Amino acid sequence: MTNDWEEIYQRAKEKWEALEASPIHIRIGTPTCGRAAGALDTLKEFREKLEKEGIQGQITEVGCMGLCFAEPLVIISKPEIGLPPICYRNVTYQEVKRLVDGFILGDDPCLELALGTLDLTEDAAPYIPEMLRFEIEERLVLRNCGYIDPQDIDHYIARGGYLSLRKALGMSPEQIIDEVSKAGLRGRGGAGFPTGRKWDLCRSTKNEMKYIICNADEGDPGAFMDRVVLESDPHSMIEGMIIAAYAVGAYEGFIYTRMEYPLVLDRLEQALMQAREYGLLGEDIFGSGFSFDIETVAGAGAFVCGEETAMIASIEGRRGMPRPRPPYPAEYGLNGEPTVVDNVKTLALVARIMGTGAKGFRSIGTPSSPGTAVFALAGRIEQIGLVEVPMGTTLRQVIFDVGGGVPEGRELKAIQIGGPAGGCVGKEALDLPVDFDSFKAAGAIMGSGGMIVLDENNCMVETARFFLDFLAREECGKCIMGRLGIKQLSLILEEIVRGNGREEDLNLLEEISKDLAEGALCNLGRTAPNPILTTLRYFRDEYEAHIKEKRCPALVCKDLIAYYILPERCERGCEHCVLTCPTEAIVSDEKTRTKRIQQDKCVKCGTCLEICPPEYNAVIKVSPPDRIKELEAKIGG
Amino acid sequence: MLDEEGEVFKEVFSYFPARRRYLIRLLQTVQQKLGYLSEDAMKEVALHLGISEAETFGVATFYNQFRFVPLGKHHIVVCMGTACHTMGGQLVLDGFERELDVKVGGITPDHEYSLERVGCIGCCTKAPVVLINNIIHPKMTPYKVAEVFAGLRDKGSKSSEEHQE
Ligand SMILES: Cc1cc2nc3c(=O)[nH]c(=O)nc-3n(C[C@H](O)[C@H](O)[C@H](O)COP(=O)(O)O)c2cc1C
Ligand code: SF4
Ligand code: SF4
Ligand code: FES
Ligand code: FES
Repeated sequence: MTNDWEEIYQRAKEKWEALEASPIHIRIGTPTCGRAAGALDTLKEFREKLEKEGIQGQITEVGCMGLCFAEPLVIISKPEIGLPPICYRNVTYQEVKRLVDGFILGDDPCLELALGTLDLTEDAAPYIPEMLRFEIEERLVLRNCGYIDPQDIDHYIARGGYLSLRKALGMSPEQIIDEVSKAGLRGRGGAGFPTGRKWDLCRSTKNEMKYIICNADEGDPGAFMDRVVLESDPHSMIEGMIIAAYAVGAYEGFIYTRMEYPLVLDRLEQALMQAREYGLLGEDIFGSGFSFDIETVAGAGAFVCGEETAMIASIEGRRGMPRPRPPYPAEYGLNGEPTVVDNVKTLALVARIMGTGAKGFRSIGTPSSPGTAVFALAGRIEQIGLVEVPMGTTLRQVIFDVGGGVPEGRELKAIQIGGPAGGCVGKEALDLPVDFDSFKAAGAIMGSGGMIVLDENNCMVETARFFLDFLAREECGKCIMGRLGIKQLSLILEEIVRGNGREEDLNLLEEISKDLAEGALCNLGRTAPNPILTTLRYFRDEYEAHIKEKRCPALVCKDLIAYYILPERCERGCEHCVLTCPTEAIVSDEKTRTKRIQQDKCVKCGTCLEICPPEYNAVIKVSPPDRIKELEAKIGG
Repeated sequence: MLDEEGEVFKEVFSYFPARRRYLIRLLQTVQQKLGYLSEDAMKEVALHLGISEAETFGVATFYNQFRFVPLGKHHIVVCMGTACHTMGGQLVLDGFERELDVKVGGITPDHEYSLERVGCIGCCTKAPVVLINNIIHPKMTPYKVAEVFAGLRDKGSKSSEEHQE
């Protein structure tokens, strides 16, 4: 077996080196988000052009580098010109001709399309020196993402993959758990529980059968870190999972992911198959006598199944309802046997820790939260995408230096973190270091890494309503507190955004929240009040405006706003809004060509505001709707 | 039960042994093949596993994925996750409801279009997104709803023309 491995490793290395040395090498990111941006068309266009021109070039499909705002992303290496590889942004199929004619056939590197040059850091993670974010980032989990072909295990192996597993299998399980504990690794699925302690608990039970489950459910809406890791570098998680299985003494493992992630399921199946072919899964791995295999399970669309006891129920083919803990799954889990449930990133980090040692890992991050945090940045932020920063980096750095801040010079209003039951923190929190304990102190939770930026175009009351509505739909219905409490909160918020709120509602919200936090059975229910409590804490004035003035300051809540066309700004020859309004609510005065919105017909879809040419910008929103009367009176007078 | 359905059951049951823990996977596979879970399907699955129909139904109704009526020819799924909501997903959903004149969860009387919502498809960087027949439409706006829709109608009529030829 050992000889076989040497052979596999040598072959993989040669293959990788040949690829790196090829005169033309084009990498195209085709993960889910790249596809949505048109990456498959770009890929097709490159293939066709190279063939037509008879160019001997290599094309590799890679995953996501995290620069999702620039997708489709293309990296072109042409070593002979003496430049490092160049990374290009927004390369839709229309740009392909320019790149092929300019750079591949000619010598013009088309720098106007480039984001920057691609270098490698000391530990071979790709970075772009021209971009500030790469100076702040530290890529442990994302080291290979967007750089290797996730569908080719050889790429992973050539970059040192599965060497950690090999090393781990030469150690005793106790030594591995000791190393993970020394590294201070805390679970990346949300709660930050020490991984080593969980494993130790499972290891020390006497049962014959034990299981390990990778939690790849990622039910948090707005989060996509685990999807990216599994679509871009599935083996890093799989390697960690095998190490974990050996450490706790499990022979069988499950990866639970969601059917909303078809590409993840595909790539996992392929990766598992390749690992089996190389003897990295199955009987007698690396000749160590240890046997282990992994099965994938697709969830059926239930957020609560991300909770570990619910997940276990779901794998057993039952309704995904949580049960009280303790006993913890590590003692009593799948089929009643001890089971370790770990998040994707946690397992990917295990592979890194076994490679570089506990000390190396501890040198990154903070003493109580060592290592890195992966964040999925979305919402009102310039450089939407995925980042990995050392724990302890401030929120300000993540949002402004890495994410480029809020677009179009608008103001940041809030940051939503920790999933639907996380919380929204205001600008006051910008200097907060990102780590498990600081977030908790600020009334929010770290969660698994979804981070959504809100600006003045977002209403905080409506945001809280959205989360409570989501949680009311998704809670399992098992405990009365969860079932009725969440629903009640959601209904009160519904009334407030409609303009029917009463002053005593704010106290009521706080009271029910308190009861729920104490009385619900599982963490979904217990954390459900977070969106309310945090928005009340940071944005109480918005609640008051809705209740006392029937006004939505952010101009979002439908019942509290109206659309209005400013006659002085409207270009009268233009009919854009009239032609696109879905309900024919806009009329044009025959003589003056002035446009007016018939309020009783308007459904507040926002199309007129979107379509009115920016040089006129004549459509505005007002709140409360009565303000229109004032505006009209002003013209009249 | 249609013969065709019977064939599907036989095939699906042949690769999932009659173990209780395969219930969800059985339902998923049957739904994938038939487009929805018919009453017969639930009965057959229960029979295969030797559990009650009520239990099968109880599990199926718990999960959002399972449908008890067929989908429309074009299946439209609007993402209502946090990122999509933040970027105006509600207006997009309203737009589809208006264009189709059905509420979310419904299907048009001619079975052409069905409308669903989803919690998040992990494509939050392109929010708000809509999934139509499994193709992702990025950065949607109410205005684009009408556009996308015109595209679908167009394609619909073209393909039926092609059929006639
Ligand atoms: C409602 C709810 C949803 C959850 N969803 C996820 C999820 O999508 N992914 C995840 O890794 N953990 C999720 N968790 C946390 C898991 O229960 C569990 O703590 C985690 O998988 C442990 O892994 P870790 O130690 O690696 O963090 C969720 C918890 C709750 C209460
Ligand atoms: S908001 Fe929509 S419905 Fe109202 S006037 Fe503008 S386009 Fe018409
Ligand atoms: S689109 Fe704008 S400028 Fe054109 S008619 Fe309408 S309000 Fe006036
Ligand atoms: S069981 Fe989770 S909230 Fe009730
Ligand atoms: S929130 Fe819509 S794709 Fe994630």
